[in-house]
Amino acid sequence: MNTKYMNPYLAGFLLGLLLLVTIFITGRGLGASGAVKSAVVATMNTVLPWHTENTHFYQEYREEHAESPLKNWLVFEMMGVIIGAFISGLISNRLSLKLEHSPKIKSRTRIIGAIIGGLLFGFGAQLGRGCTSGAALSGMAVLSAGGIITMAAIFGGAYAFAYFFRKLWI
Amino acid sequence: MAPLVPDIIGNELNLVIAIIIGIAFGFILEQAGFSTSKKLVGLFYGYDFTVLRVFFTGGVTAMIGVIILGHYGLLDLSLIYVNPTFIWSAVVGGLVMGLGFVIGGFCPGTSVCAAAIGKIDAMIFVGGSFLGVLAFAEGYPLFENFYKAGAWGNIRIFELAGASQSLFAFLLVFMAVTAFAVTTMIEKRNNGFIDSDLKPLKLYYGLAVIALVIGISAFAFPERQSSLKLESNNPELVAKSKFEMMDSDELAFRLLDNDKSIQILDFRTKEEFKELSLPKSSNWMMDNVFGKDIHKKLVTKHMKNVIIANDENEGKRLGFIASELGYKDIYVLKGGMTEFKNLILYFKRPETSTRQMLATYDFREKASKKLPELIEANKKLMNTDEKKTKRVVGGC
Repeated sequence: MNTKYMNPYLAGFLLGLLLLVTIFITGRGLGASGAVKSAVVATMNTVLPWHTENTHFYQEYREEHAESPLKNWLVFEMMGVIIGAFISGLISNRLSLKLEHSPKIKSRTRIIGAIIGGLLFGFGAQLGRGCTSGAALSGMAVLSAGGIITMAAIFGGAYAFAYFFRKLWI
Repeated sequence: MAPLVPDIIGNELNLVIAIIIGIAFGFILEQAGFSTSKKLVGLFYGYDFTVLRVFFTGGVTAMIGVIILGHYGLLDLSLIYVNPTFIWSAVVGGLVMGLGFVIGGFCPGTSVCAAAIGKIDAMIFVGGSFLGVLAFAEGYPLFENFYKAGAWGNIRIFELAGASQSLFAFLLVFMAVTAFAVTTMIEKRNNGFIDSDLKPLKLYYGLAVIALVIGISAFAFPERQSSLKLESNNPELVAKSKFEMMDSDELAFRLLDNDKSIQILDFRTKEEFKELSLPKSSNWMMDNVFGKDIHKKLVTKHMKNVIIANDENEGKRLGFIASELGYKDIYVLKGGMTEFKNLILYFKRPETSTRQMLATYDFREKASKKLPELIEANKKLMNTDEKKTKRVVGGC
């Protein structure tokens, strides 16, 4: 069993080809956070239908998406991601249920970090109209100004804040 | 011509393709090592730059591919989705995401990927991002003004910088290669060794040189679109082209005869077209000739495509470009719309006429009465006939 990771340049090249094929077929790039948005809208529509009918954000979403929020390209793509990552983990012998964290911090600290980090990323991806996949990577492929600015802000921001959270990782 | 959705691939099949693309996406991310937060944040602490290598190689590869496909007319760049720019939300949103990255150790795509192989911290991160989107949705009225401020449209970065696309692409590739070299040095200093995978440095230098040569050649060979436009100014080249001419009488006759085998492509301005447009005609601009909409029209079999412009030379230029692009059965209106108006629409019988011309004049007189009626009738139909392929919408 080989658990070594792929050469990063080869992986990047394959990722680039995949992105190119995606643009060639569908006219748009890859994404991730859009699927989370669809999931949130679908959940809220089911749990609190009276609330979403009167709330501005969901109303705007309905105007932009005629179909059900789950019948969405990015939702199907993310289902594929789960399958693909699972297959990859299976053949490279990396499937295991574990909470990964630096030995210097407690599990609880990692859990809190993951929740807050996820929350910030989810929020930021809405504000920035896309995350590392949809805005930064796909934006770079089509040389979108907004995408590249968001990319610079994500990585610039991460470097700027990295020092303050170094204890979480090193 | 691409994109293939929605004309060649329907919307339902597109969802099946979404799953297949997703599987490949997830597989590549996991194989690259994006399923562990240790590797992802290594970039920000200088011990592992895998993310930077994968990310930049991927972005640059796709970008070059898009430019090449566009360059050779295989992909209509005016139809692909370009993320819109809202400057303030792009910057602040990006900074918030950067903060989330160093606290949480993942980004949305990689967290789903890591969750799929059993990382509990990643599953928690996914839950957190769910809450983050929910917080945005519920607090939307508070952020809406900020979210929509500074709208610059679907602008592309080289337009913003006032540079050419190839120059900008070249700069980006140069930046990526520099970043690869510098980060490998930093990694070596911090870790004391170089990953054996990255050792065949000569190979990478070789590839970089090839990339450089290709990059420079892109400057040497002008883009097909602009080179065709330039060539169309050369009368000698235009004269050799394969399109044919159609004179005003023939066009008028075919229109009166309700000939179903012609379609007219009108290249005058929108205003002129609105004021007076012939039956069976549609309005286009020169840049449309390279697009996907006109392609659909021009590939219709057994159709004579009549190009009309105000004057004949303009029409010939367009006829030349269309023929060079490989379109068949291209006709250009002789004398342009100006002559058509003079000879047919506003026909005045000359006082003296030779015997040979008599029949022609009779026809023209008849046409000058009948055609305006057809034009009038056609005007009513026009309003319902505006259907153009829209730019793909969507995004993250």
